[in-house]
Amino acid sequence: MIVDITIIAAKAFLVLFMVLNLAGILGWIERKGSALIQDRIGANRASILGFAGMGLVNTLIADPVKFLTKEDFIPPSGDKFLHTLAPCLALFPALVTFAVIPFGDVLIIGDRMINLQVANINIGILYVLAMGSLGVYGIVIGAWASNNKFSLLGGVRGSAQMISYEIAMGLSIIGVLMVYGTLELQEIARSQGLLIRELLPSWLVFLRPVIGWLPAWGIFLQPLAFLLFFTAAVAETKRIPFDLPEGESELVAGYHVEYSGGKFLMFFAGEFAEIVTAAGLMATLFFGGWQVPYLMRDGFHFPWGGSWLLPHLGVVILQVAAFTIKVVFFCWLQILLRWSVPRFRYDQVMRLGWKMLLPLALLNVTITAIVIVAAQ
Amino acid sequence: MNASTWIFYILSTLLIITSLMVVFLRNVVHCAMALVAALFIIAVFFVTLQAPMVGVFQVLIYAGAIMVLFLFVIMLLNPTTRERGGGVWWNFGTVLALLLGGLLVPLLSNSESARDPLVSTELFGSPEMLAKSLFNDFVLPFEIASVLLLVAIVGAVVLAKRER
Repeated sequence: MIVDITIIAAKAFLVLFMVLNLAGILGWIERKGSALIQDRIGANRASILGFAGMGLVNTLIADPVKFLTKEDFIPPSGDKFLHTLAPCLALFPALVTFAVIPFGDVLIIGDRMINLQVANINIGILYVLAMGSLGVYGIVIGAWASNNKFSLLGGVRGSAQMISYEIAMGLSIIGVLMVYGTLELQEIARSQGLLIRELLPSWLVFLRPVIGWLPAWGIFLQPLAFLLFFTAAVAETKRIPFDLPEGESELVAGYHVEYSGGKFLMFFAGEFAEIVTAAGLMATLFFGGWQVPYLMRDGFHFPWGGSWLLPHLGVVILQVAAFTIKVVFFCWLQILLRWSVPRFRYDQVMRLGWKMLLPLALLNVTITAIVIVAAQ
Repeated sequence: MNASTWIFYILSTLLIITSLMVVFLRNVVHCAMALVAALFIIAVFFVTLQAPMVGVFQVLIYAGAIMVLFLFVIMLLNPTTRERGGGVWWNFGTVLALLLGGLLVPLLSNSESARDPLVSTELFGSPEMLAKSLFNDFVLPFEIASVLLLVAIVGAVVLAKRER
């Protein structure tokens, strides 16, 4: 009993610790990466005894100290309670969503099997969507409580945008759920350990030598769904090219105009935690999660024959490392995107969401259903 | 009293407090946020009653979508203070609430289930059970309800669209 609770608490702490730290490091990648893209030097002012560490001292030590020691200003005509509550509402959903994302298969210590996932609930993907839908409140409440017209405009834009893209996001996942036949993220990750040749129906068997060696990852089975999910997930994080709620050139900073100090840091950390969570979902749903191609529970088994057996601990370390690499890759991809493309106009954002992503997602669901029925 | 019963009573207390806040707070936005909290707690109830799917839909649809639209309207109209209580409707509501409450007390005190609120016999709210009852047992009512909603949506779009 005590051991079980300790294990669950340790897993929860580990995931929270990793997400928050990755969010912090992403801040550094964003500042130095954007400098690289724009041919600047980037953050290099702060140093400890002459050690600047490529701007690490600046972004990981000087910035947080500056945020936490700044004056926390609440607009006098704003709502004091809701102004304080809003950053918590923005950070909370981004952090708790990672609880259902598996970061490894099972770790066996003695006769105890530890599922490498904080909460194994049988409706995992719906939990993700439900928590994502709560993310709107941080923006709406923060915008309203500031009693600032730029904030309010940003909040209205943000809530409309997030509700619109939630629909496209939910529908793009449905194709994946139909293919793997479960709502549980750990089961989805496990199913992606199969090879495509094991899934091919008899009338497609001639494709076996061509694509049979590929692992059954979501990207190969549902490529359109990945593009739709990626677009919708980037739109949910409210960053360029979808940064209309902030709209620096016309709304100053949108919904967090009136925030300073630690509360602004919470909005900021919430945004980066959302990036990490979105990356974790992309990796889990479409890129095999913790799967390494051809790695089974006892080692590698290659489709062209031959195998390379590994000890259990080695397998687990490889899986967790693979998951981490995938998550970091998708975080990096989102940051690269943010500094490479111009932003949309607001009507273009709405048109993209409702008139392109939504019909394409419905088309994807229809085609997937036809193929599944034909394969039976 | 086991752990789940304790959780039930703690959540119930919180639910009653937040529901009272919905009615009695002065600021309309505060009321709306209290309603969000109440809906969220109800979702937790569904999860503890072996119906996780219903609980998630409670959050997804009520707390996550409908209340956002409520807030949207409240924020754009921006009512500064709410109307004072009193008048015919206030009295009518009070009498009705007392009657309903009085009706519930004998019903609940007689039934067996009131003693252990969290005992449920079967897993009802799992995705499999829900899908089975929706798409096998009640497929016709389900489809009729969907068509009705579709008609309502199309009607709303037609009414809202301006003539060019």
